[in-house]
Amino acid sequence: MSAVLQNIINQPYKHGFVTDIESDVMAKGLDENTIRMISSKKNEPAWLLDFRLKCYAAWLKMEEPTWANVHHPKIDYQAISYYAAPKKKAKLKSMDEVDPELLRTFEKLGVPLHERMALAGVAVDVIFDSVSVTTTYKARLAEAGVIFCSMSEAVHEHPELVQKYLGTVVPTGDNFYAALNSAVFTDGSFCYIPKGVKCPMDLSTYFRINTEESGQFERTLIIAEEGASVTYLEGCTAPAFSSNQLHAAVVELVALDNAEIKYSTVQNWYAGDENGIGGIYNFVTKRGLCKGVNSRISWTQVETGAAITWKYPSVVLLGDNSVGEFYSVAVTNNYQQADTGTKMIHIGKNTRSTIVSKGISAGHSNNSYRGLVKISPTAEGARNYSQCDSMLIGEHSGAHTFPYMQVRNKSAKVEHEASTSKIGEDQMFYFAQRGIDAEAAVSMIINGFCKDVFQQLPLEFAVEATNLLSYKLEGSVG
Amino acid sequence: MIIQDSKVLLEVRGLRASVNGTEVLKGVDFTVRYGEVHAIMGPNGSGKSTFSKVLAGHKAYEITGGSVLFDGKDLFALEPEERARAGVFLAFQYPIEIPGVGNGQFLRLAYNTLQTRRGHEELDPLEFDDFVREKMKLLEMNPDFLDRSVNEGFSGGEKKRNEILQMAILEPRLAILDETDSGLDIDALRIVAQGVNHLTNKNNATIMVTHYQRLLNYIVPDFVHVMEAGRIIKSGGKELAQELESRGYDWIQPDLDVNSQPKATARIVA
Ligand SMILES: Nc1ncnc2c1ncn2[C@@H]1O[C@H](COP(=O)(O)OP(=O)(O)OP(=O)(O)O)[C@@H](O)[C@H]1O
Ligand SMILES: [Mg+2]
Repeated sequence: MSAVLQNIINQPYKHGFVTDIESDVMAKGLDENTIRMISSKKNEPAWLLDFRLKCYAAWLKMEEPTWANVHHPKIDYQAISYYAAPKKKAKLKSMDEVDPELLRTFEKLGVPLHERMALAGVAVDVIFDSVSVTTTYKARLAEAGVIFCSMSEAVHEHPELVQKYLGTVVPTGDNFYAALNSAVFTDGSFCYIPKGVKCPMDLSTYFRINTEESGQFERTLIIAEEGASVTYLEGCTAPAFSSNQLHAAVVELVALDNAEIKYSTVQNWYAGDENGIGGIYNFVTKRGLCKGVNSRISWTQVETGAAITWKYPSVVLLGDNSVGEFYSVAVTNNYQQADTGTKMIHIGKNTRSTIVSKGISAGHSNNSYRGLVKISPTAEGARNYSQCDSMLIGEHSGAHTFPYMQVRNKSAKVEHEASTSKIGEDQMFYFAQRGIDAEAAVSMIINGFCKDVFQQLPLEFAVEATNLLSYKLEGSVG
Repeated sequence: MIIQDSKVLLEVRGLRASVNGTEVLKGVDFTVRYGEVHAIMGPNGSGKSTFSKVLAGHKAYEITGGSVLFDGKDLFALEPEERARAGVFLAFQYPIEIPGVGNGQFLRLAYNTLQTRRGHEELDPLEFDDFVREKMKLLEMNPDFLDRSVNEGFSGGEKKRNEILQMAILEPRLAILDETDSGLDIDALRIVAQGVNHLTNKNNATIMVTHYQRLLNYIVPDFVHVMEAGRIIKSGGKELAQELESRGYDWIQPDLDVNSQPKATARIVA
């Protein structure tokens, strides 16, 4: 059975191809000039260049964090190219002008760019290496007053909004990778849902790294005004290279009074091969601010890829009665390392948060949950419920849970539950004895294990996540 | 029932098996024909469960000698799931819990996998629900068990009943019931035994592993065998069980010399 499981795990990564496309790749290395160059390539206003340079100065004084349970050789930040873009002639006027090679890439990945082909009801923004390629459904969204475009475009067309919110949730000096991102970010998505508007369709961004020695530093900003609501989906893939690529994104969410943002990710970056060679270093800062009363921010993530994942989507619960949620499935196999979790910072009264984390580790991988629940003295009546479950597959994988709690208000209620289980040989034998093969058995066990998280995903994402997991873990049990 | 000139369903010859380097089965000979009900008794640790699991294909056991033919074909050439699909069913002595996997969903997948293999239509969730509820009635099981995780938090007796429910759904050709009676209360024993009797016919056969005569009052065996130290040392008719019940195992004069090589056959026709 071991062999069967091994096969399942070791299925080749489907998205590992490279698109042969003419790219504009900036020389490797990072200094003030690099930042000025990025800024001028993007024709940015002075305030943004200032922002970048300030962040760069802060970054220079910072150290790479070492507290996470991940290990990798020191990253040489001078060996990375900070900008790569498919060459294009002028600004694209319509989809027909998009390089057909690029269109084929996304079709291969299952992301249709043609509006008529797009999933019914989902608007898609696509980021290829450093730049946004296209945003579909823009007109229909505009009717509702929703702005959904690339960050570069937003900087030019809605500078007042970008300037007002950029860096307000993840401040300049927040952490090493966030500061780096703030200095060199190239593109990303921008969404603005005006007061009282329920976004008429789900919004989605698809990230793709294509160039071997480039990093991807995207920046996403979502603002939901009073009473607004939106569901946002994010997907990611990268080609299989033997070198490691750095992905250091920052996502900021702002929810005002009675607003609601639901952010879902299915992350399938290249994870390296079965010996741990290659793969993406995914060092991402995601944070939401429940700024208004009764606001709600919900993170759902399915993390299956990347050689190293360092990621803690968090919620700052500032508004009274606001709600933060974190639902996570993190799967690691072979030599993957994941250190992921969340921070729920309760400041407002009667704020509530829920954390449901499911970690699955197979092969020689290491999977850690790291979470902080902080109840400030002002958070009268705050409540948190956390549940962290780990599942081990095989004999060589590791699961760890690091829950931190700081409770500074006596009226608060904080609950934490944790469990560790194992897909054992006897369970697999039970399935087999009833005629069910290993693949179906693993997929059934895993889906059962992840049910509480999958049911938070939009339907088409839930199906994708289920397939992705079975595919990742095929052959790993037994 | 013993049927004249019935075809052989299972033929075990000189079967030896080890686990973690220790030989547990030391030359088992055993023949089962269509229609027959066999009981295997024997002291704790004598190898009864090992024998059952080896037939079902558990990977922890290494086959070190002998052969097993199932319906004339080499059983060991089949993977465990293929054996199940070919009609080998094991009701476990200790059914394992599978948290998170719904019992109903599990039963349906098992059933549909088999249906497909037998060239029959699969049942959709609603059709299957009707089908399984009928079977549950037979075993006087509450349908709520469909919504719970497989065996999770089931009492000992409930687990055993759930095993027989699976037997009722999968309709195996060879059912091996490993101590299905232990853990069942008096009423449950009667209900489960009736269920098993309902399922046995001339197109299948049953092997029951048990320590108690009690079960054999309900499911009357055609043959009773005694396993000791990894071999079948005595075989007889149903009266052998009664004798064992009153006298224990010590008095037995082995049919074969435990220290010599096993004889070619130990099957005794009652
Ligand atoms: N996985 C294993 N590892 C080590 N020893 C094992 C293993 N499985 C079985 N054995 C040993 O093999 C012998 C036979 O065990 P088995 O479970 O087949 O006995 P049994 O006849 O079914 O006993 P009982 O009547 O108590 O159920 C025992 O000594 C047992 O400890
Ligand atoms: Mg036993």
